[in-house]
Amino acid sequence: MANIVHYINQFFAGVGGEDSAGAGPTLVAGPVGPGRRLAELLAPEHQIVATVWCGDDIASGVVPAIIDLIRSVDTDGGVDLVAAGPAFTSGRYGLACARVAAAAHDAGLRAVASMHEDNPGLDEAGTTPVVASGEVARRMAPSLDRLANAIGLLLRDEPLTAADGRIGKLARLTVMADATAAERAVDLALVRLGGDHTATEIPLPRFDQVTPAAPVEDLRTAMVALVTEGGLVPDENPGSLESARATRWLRYPIAEIDGLQAGEWRSIHGGFSTAYANEDPHRILPLDVGRQLVAEGAFGSLFGEYFVTTGNGTSVANARRFGIEWAADLRHSGARAAILTAT
Amino acid sequence: MLLCNLISIAERVGAPRIVPTRGIPYPTGDPSLTPEAEKEWRRRLLERALEALQTVVHQPTVFQVGPATKAQPDTKAEPETKAEPETKAQEAHA
Repeated sequence: MANIVHYINQFFAGVGGEDSAGAGPTLVAGPVGPGRRLAELLAPEHQIVATVWCGDDIASGVVPAIIDLIRSVDTDGGVDLVAAGPAFTSGRYGLACARVAAAAHDAGLRAVASMHEDNPGLDEAGTTPVVASGEVARRMAPSLDRLANAIGLLLRDEPLTAADGRIGKLARLTVMADATAAERAVDLALVRLGGDHTATEIPLPRFDQVTPAAPVEDLRTAMVALVTEGGLVPDENPGSLESARATRWLRYPIAEIDGLQAGEWRSIHGGFSTAYANEDPHRILPLDVGRQLVAEGAFGSLFGEYFVTTGNGTSVANARRFGIEWAADLRHSGARAAILTAT
Repeated sequence: MLLCNLISIAERVGAPRIVPTRGIPYPTGDPSLTPEAEKEWRRRLLERALEALQTVVHQPTVFQVGPATKAQPDTKAEPETKAEPETKAQEAHA
């Protein structure tokens, strides 16, 4: 029977939500939360001997301590595998799961993480196995089925492939192919000619190429815009900005005000504790200091509106569209630069 | 330019100019400080952001905020910390 340690966050550990997101790594015996179902799926061949959970705000920065806890698990025969997640599209949780799995792998343990393909943490796993989860926690059951299957394969030293839901980078291995390179090249050319324009034997890494804008030449006369994905809106959220998976962005005037009063503005972002933002909205949108710097001549002026969306499980396609629309709008309005605050 | 806490992700998505902040829920704040000190921290973040906007970059580049100056800050003067921005090359990956 293989011994598995399961890594989850404070929310799935049942400890708390954002109020507990700063909690440090904690070791608990046996399965917890989604680990209970995972343990059922793995039984009787394998068992979850312990769970390590950590608060989302700090987890990705305390991975060595998490690994120390995992290694401290006192069990007959030692720990055979570390499983992390599912993290769905949660950025902080996904980043932590990827780093924990990668660090466990580096420490000589088998490891696997579970998250959605759009999770920004995915690439941090390196070539440590990651299997796809659903987009949101409602997809827990099928996500755990897939994770349990992946754990079984890894513990039997069998390959984990795209058919099993594997995502992310793959280590390149030398294997014998069943056809020569020439034959495979012709087959692939035929597949491409047949209409499948993405078929490939070598998926390329997903690098986003961003051409940096030229520096602002005369900042003292330049108009600068403040934009944010922190979900900061007027208190009543008049535009009904989504708290997650945003499909749009909004604009609000700030030309007549020098600061953002608590109570008049709030963040509706669903991906972190908004208590700090609501206590002082300048923690999301630095209007107060922006005005100060304009008054002192550090730059010409502030654009009269700010743009806002919610970066929380927001699809890459939508986020890219928002960015294009923001850039076009600001350029048209005469702004020379934008300062984007991101949570 | 981008003010955020999760630098590795900002670099990976290719953000050209990045100024690191102190916590995910408060990019332009730090609730552990007094209100005055917090506003000063916010000011330093924005000043660094303005420096970043005036700097040529060719790849994701992190502009750390330098240590606080002990002397009474002369707001018109150039910041004392003129450290070269840290650059991190995109991972070369065939």
